[in-house]
Amino acid sequence: MSLNPTLKTIAIWIAFALVLAVLPMIFSSRPSLTLMNIIGVWVVFALAYNMLLGQSGMLSFGHAVYFGLGGYAAIHMMAAIKAQKLGIPVAALPLVGFMAGMAAGAVIGWFSCRRSGTPFAMISLGVGELIAASGLMFVSIFGGEEGISGDRSAGPELLGFSLGPQINVYYFIAFWMFMATLAMWAFTKTPLGRLANAVRDNADRVAFIGYDPQRVRYLVFLISGGFAGLAGSLSAVNFEIITPEKLGAINSGAVLLMAYIGGVAVFFGPIIGAVLISIMQSMLSDFTKVWQLYLGLLFVVVVMFAPYGIGGIVAQVLGAIRKGELAEKLPGWLMGLVGALIAFGGAIMVIEMAYRIREGGRPFQAFGRVFPHGDPLSWVVAAAVTAIGLAVLVVAVRWRRRGSLGAALSFGEATP
Amino acid sequence: METIVFSTLNGVLYGLLLFMLASGLTLIFSMMGVLNFAHASFYMLGAYLAVTLGSVVGFWAALVLAPICVGLFGAAVERLGLRHVHKNGHVAELLFTFGLAYLIEEIVKLVWGKNPLPYTPPPILQQPLFTLWGTHYPSFRIFMMVVAIAMFVALWLLLKRTRVGLIVQASLTHPHMVGHLGHNVPLVFMGVFAVGCGMAGLAGVIGGALLVTDPAMALTLGPIVFVVVVVGGMGSLGGAFLASVLIGLIQTFAVAVDASLSDLLARFGVLVSNRSDLGRITLAQVAPMLPFLILVLVLIFRPRGLMGAREG
Repeated sequence: MSLNPTLKTIAIWIAFALVLAVLPMIFSSRPSLTLMNIIGVWVVFALAYNMLLGQSGMLSFGHAVYFGLGGYAAIHMMAAIKAQKLGIPVAALPLVGFMAGMAAGAVIGWFSCRRSGTPFAMISLGVGELIAASGLMFVSIFGGEEGISGDRSAGPELLGFSLGPQINVYYFIAFWMFMATLAMWAFTKTPLGRLANAVRDNADRVAFIGYDPQRVRYLVFLISGGFAGLAGSLSAVNFEIITPEKLGAINSGAVLLMAYIGGVAVFFGPIIGAVLISIMQSMLSDFTKVWQLYLGLLFVVVVMFAPYGIGGIVAQVLGAIRKGELAEKLPGWLMGLVGALIAFGGAIMVIEMAYRIREGGRPFQAFGRVFPHGDPLSWVVAAAVTAIGLAVLVVAVRWRRRGSLGAALSFGEATP
Repeated sequence: METIVFSTLNGVLYGLLLFMLASGLTLIFSMMGVLNFAHASFYMLGAYLAVTLGSVVGFWAALVLAPICVGLFGAAVERLGLRHVHKNGHVAELLFTFGLAYLIEEIVKLVWGKNPLPYTPPPILQQPLFTLWGTHYPSFRIFMMVVAIAMFVALWLLLKRTRVGLIVQASLTHPHMVGHLGHNVPLVFMGVFAVGCGMAGLAGVIGGALLVTDPAMALTLGPIVFVVVVVGGMGSLGGAFLASVLIGLIQTFAVAVDASLSDLLARFGVLVSNRSDLGRITLAQVAPMLPFLILVLVLIFRPRGLMGAREG
């Protein structure tokens, strides 16, 4: 049974909306609502970022600028609504954030989109540093280190919808997240979205058929900046505060990690990344103080072994199921997965024991055993586990490259 | 006069430190096309290793050993990581080094802690070398200049006057031809990456004592080094030198000159109230931003950089 593709797409979007509507009924506790609100903001930001990186091949190290400026625009508007009793509902502020992000993109993109590839990445880094530094300098606009806080309960209510209770904030973020996701997905289907892909793959050819690649990049940059600004305004409404550090390198780096680990090649990839890393951020930080090291490790592993991210892996598996090749490919994949998990386990042992050498604390425990960090034996075990995992992983990778398990296990060079 | 002489000296000094980093970065970039985002992290590793090794074998041995260790680490990174990412293109390589920079920072925090390390040069180098207008100028600074210049001379001689340099230069433009002639090009790449990282490590041994040795040191200097490379023109060693000294001087003078932005603007006939944000900002506050401002200006008016030959 094959559905009409259009109907299928509509069904997926309706299902997405239903999931968003039902989620707070399942996870109704206050911490999970807070977490879901944060995830919603990151999803929009990561998708906006991927519009640049995945769709147009522009690597930016300073996209937090648009996020932050969108947030500041929203918070200043919020203050104006309260002070001057403007008739604008706070729930409509993301539009202000969108326009602010787009305006910032229009100015900055004007000179930074002249270059592509590595120089573009460096320029975005420089501009990001510049804006982040001015954020601390212009106190009346950015509020210095404390930032600027606002009051989301001010202003008229839209159809009786107030932003007071947290559940309403959830629905506010979910609504705008859904709209932004839909709009960004629709953008991939427009001629401009298609051209962006073409510019990413071969800019010379795009120029040859009569489009200016620089102009295409600029337009995509504008729109991506707008959605980043929208995400920033969602964050401003959610926290009722925005600080200059939101403009800075840490925020830019975080969105890059999310989009890339989630996967840049498929549209839903960054959503996976945003959800996964936000959850890691809130859960893992309770267990270990060095969770950022794990995040970095995950990123490097993804860059090296899965350049299309988790979304790419999901797409590959789905593709194999569709073609009926799953049975043939599954053993190799499972072996790779097992090897990666074992190696990661060994790395976790090494890192946790190293952490305890410095900071003290209870010895590391795993599988009901205690590994005292003063004992050389636990280090040998950790190193051995890592080595075994890596060996299994290498065999799995060679299996995929060489076609058969026997060839993967032989030591000689493979014949091309 | 006093301010000008000292600022010039310190500016050149800071510029040379920047160039020690930028030259390695430029070497790696022009050779392999990889913009090594983790370059400043190797600089940080150099400083930390110098502290640790220095407490065991002394400063002078650490001055030699730490860069070698960093270079070996760089070689391992190239062999085990970068080489495999290469086939996915330059953006993937850039992302790999970005992740590496993140990892190195976290590992440094894990191993050495988050607080700055007490790292001082040996007593001989702390003595004043000469006294100008009653201010002592520490000999460590002059020593640093000597090391920097010696490094460039050695590198230049290695590249221009030896057989190894000949092969490196040829691999730069015609890697396939050099490979067909029987030279091991991947090994040359690994060597260049290792030497570049080792140079960053040497800069770290010196810069760590001159500035500060803490886990944020890569993050503070890294972006400025990229500015140097882009402003100078990507892949141009001369441009990198010019840009390093220029940025070093501008930043040092901005810190030294005690003036606010409103004074400066008043000179051009623009009056800004001393009470407003813009009027309160002093030039010293703007100093850290200046490199990025220069970057933006250069990109608007001369996109290929000061001495850049090729368009990125």
